[in-house]
Amino acid sequence: MGIVSPSSERRRSLLLPAALLGASGLLLAGCGAPPAESGSSASGGSAAVTADAAAGSDNEDYKACIVSDQGGFDDRSFNQSSYEGLKAAEEAYGIETNEAESQDPGDFTPNVNSMVQADCDSVIGVGFLLGDAIRPIAEANPETHFLGVDVTDDGFSDNVKKLTYDTAQAAFLAGYAAAATTETGTVATYGGMEIPTVTIFMDGFAAGVEHYNETKGEDVKLLGWDREAKTGSFTGDFENQANGKTNTANFINEGADIVMPVAGPVGLGTIDAAKEANAAGKDVKVIWVDSDGYESTEAGDIMLTSVVKNMGQSVTDVLGQDVQGEFDSTPYVGTLENKGVKLAPFHDFEDEVSQETKDELKTLQEQIISGELTVDSEYSPTS
Amino acid sequence: MSTAVAERPAGTSTPRGESAFRRIVSGNGMVTLLAVLLSLIISAVLIVLTDEDVQESAGYLLARPADALGAAWEAVSGAYAALFRGSILNYRADTAADMVRPLTETLTVATPLIIVSLGVAIAFRAGLFNIGAQGQFIFGAMFATWFGVHLDLPLGVHLLLVMTMAVLGGVLWGGVVGMLKAWTGAHEVILTIMLNYVAVNLLAYLLNTPVLRRAGTTNPVSEFLPATAMFPKLLGDGFRLHAGFLVALLATAFAWWLMSRSTLGFRLRAVGANPDAARTAGMSVKGTYVAAMALSGGLAGLAGMAHVSGTEGSLNTSVAGSFGFDAITVALLGRSHPVGVLFAGLLFGALRAGGVTMQTETGVPIDIVLVVQSMIVLFIAAPPLVRAIFRLPAPGGARARGTADPVTQPAVAGAAVTGAAGQAVAPSAQTQDAAVSATAAAAGEQDGDPHREKGQAL
Repeated sequence: MGIVSPSSERRRSLLLPAALLGASGLLLAGCGAPPAESGSSASGGSAAVTADAAAGSDNEDYKACIVSDQGGFDDRSFNQSSYEGLKAAEEAYGIETNEAESQDPGDFTPNVNSMVQADCDSVIGVGFLLGDAIRPIAEANPETHFLGVDVTDDGFSDNVKKLTYDTAQAAFLAGYAAAATTETGTVATYGGMEIPTVTIFMDGFAAGVEHYNETKGEDVKLLGWDREAKTGSFTGDFENQANGKTNTANFINEGADIVMPVAGPVGLGTIDAAKEANAAGKDVKVIWVDSDGYESTEAGDIMLTSVVKNMGQSVTDVLGQDVQGEFDSTPYVGTLENKGVKLAPFHDFEDEVSQETKDELKTLQEQIISGELTVDSEYSPTS
Repeated sequence: MSTAVAERPAGTSTPRGESAFRRIVSGNGMVTLLAVLLSLIISAVLIVLTDEDVQESAGYLLARPADALGAAWEAVSGAYAALFRGSILNYRADTAADMVRPLTETLTVATPLIIVSLGVAIAFRAGLFNIGAQGQFIFGAMFATWFGVHLDLPLGVHLLLVMTMAVLGGVLWGGVVGMLKAWTGAHEVILTIMLNYVAVNLLAYLLNTPVLRRAGTTNPVSEFLPATAMFPKLLGDGFRLHAGFLVALLATAFAWWLMSRSTLGFRLRAVGANPDAARTAGMSVKGTYVAAMALSGGLAGLAGMAHVSGTEGSLNTSVAGSFGFDAITVALLGRSHPVGVLFAGLLFGALRAGGVTMQTETGVPIDIVLVVQSMIVLFIAAPPLVRAIFRLPAPGGARARGTADPVTQPAVAGAAVTGAAGQAVAPSAQTQDAAVSATAAAAGEQDGDPHREKGQAL
């Protein structure tokens, strides 16, 4: 790009140190042996997901593509879970994959469009906002299958399958367990952004606490969510951990000893606050959401349990069906019954939760599955 | 041109014949061009470093160096070719429509960006650093959505009304800043940052109430705007390009007329160059602040409307994306001149549109686009750095003095600041000096108006 070529000596004097630096780096790194000329390595998935054996492991002609919402695939939440589900499917079924991250909602339509143009057999859109982007594109491309994770709206064409999760069911159990375990008689929850996929956790949790109070005649208090008024405590985003910490510290000051953050990474602020309070002599526990916090965070020692939302598994399952040509547009609803949602084990607190409570939880789970007991949340997805 | 220029020994003596060459290479246009080029080169390095094939083959670089070099070339050329295919012309497409589709995408993405950046640029030239374009954009989008969804009017009238109300929404949110600054002396940077938070949270709140939320859902999204409130598509339903782009062109023309031909524009520039001098000359500095912020906000509001009524069709909590902040970059890159902003906006639109294709086809993360954009700002903000890298001569002090406008560049005209003034184009300086002392403020504003040389040339 020789727009101006100054005296070459001066330029060399500048470039030389830089070149030396770069070369030395390459020298250090460059001493390995080259691989054999053939062969390619496949990148593997990571999630503990089971695959559908019937789909086989040789489906190179099938291409599944994923579009994130603005959280990106490293959000430790639903984008990441869905992405891991896709990667697991890639490994298990031997399919091709492609991915696109969105930086803001303006990217949704171009991203989904470019996936369709990249000849994807199925396009996974993660997040309820992708629904509006997928709808017209799905109508225009009936041959392509679309999966909408957390998409709750109606009015899609036949090539769209919604993947939703009735997390209220599992959160109900968590609320009941929390109410049975609390020593101060106060538990708390808060959300990140006020969106249905968040409030459904809080609503289910509250319902569980309520149910405990009704059946046991107790008066366990819940902070952070009011079922009647449908108002609660939200930090406003899924990024600012300091807000999560402040929120949790306030809850602890008001007497709560079990806190359930429904805020993705913001929940890490809750862990901080809980650890600080515990160092000061309190006994605060945390209930994690989405994944089993005992494994996904480094605070297993204060993790009472987790409300698990198995998005990765459901993505893998649906892709497995599609690979076999068994796609249908009936929405997938994750429930306790199909293990799309579940209550994680108590791990370190296995001994602290009484056998009576565990038995009751088991009964409640069976009642919910059989339909005898319904967790009445207006945020629950409809199938 | 480049070859002819390349043979010249740069930065040496400046006889008469050299002056044209000197003007070209020391001008801001050249620095801008080189800044873009430099950032593309640096991003290429990043692409190489993060590419898996390159990493793999670098492991045995000494044994088979061609592998690593080949992989590096493939990574960069593949990524930039995809960027081109996604933003200008898809030469691999089968049909003519698919071939030009990327260009229409670029124009679509650039539409709101151009409009909002014009607003930021106008504020710049009045010496105001409007960080609040984001909030004003949101206000425009909210007003547009409300009047679009809740009213039932005939075609044309509805769109005009929605447009007007969106501008009013932006004027409201920007004007408040201007008034607070004018009458209380509060700094516009602080005000606009804070009002951004207010706007974001107000939007989130209203989207959770029936005021804006779509009926029958608990998700925070608005109803779709009816067709009467939408910009018509310019190239049929197959393309997203809409008439909002024409509005962006009109807005550019308006901004040019305003800044270069109108009395108000003259006042804006005068106050931007030196508020004290402007006051002495009998201009209302306060009134000008209010007018500048209102204009800036109005354009941001119009941009919000162009995004909702043109591209998105509905409102959600992060509808503004990063438009308001990208606008600052675009305004800087465009040297705060409407035509410059138009082209800078188109460049950024192309980067965003092409980034999508680059990501899906080559797996290069879309963050690279952010790196390119950020690097551009960095280099624009530091022209001496670019000049040093490319060995460009510094702009001559004599010329600057000779052509300086005594009203907008009194310091330059008065020879108080000579060659150094042209070099120290550091727009962020504005944010730092909070207009404390008259001289410091004057010098700061001076720097904040990097366009002035080009403005005179035009």
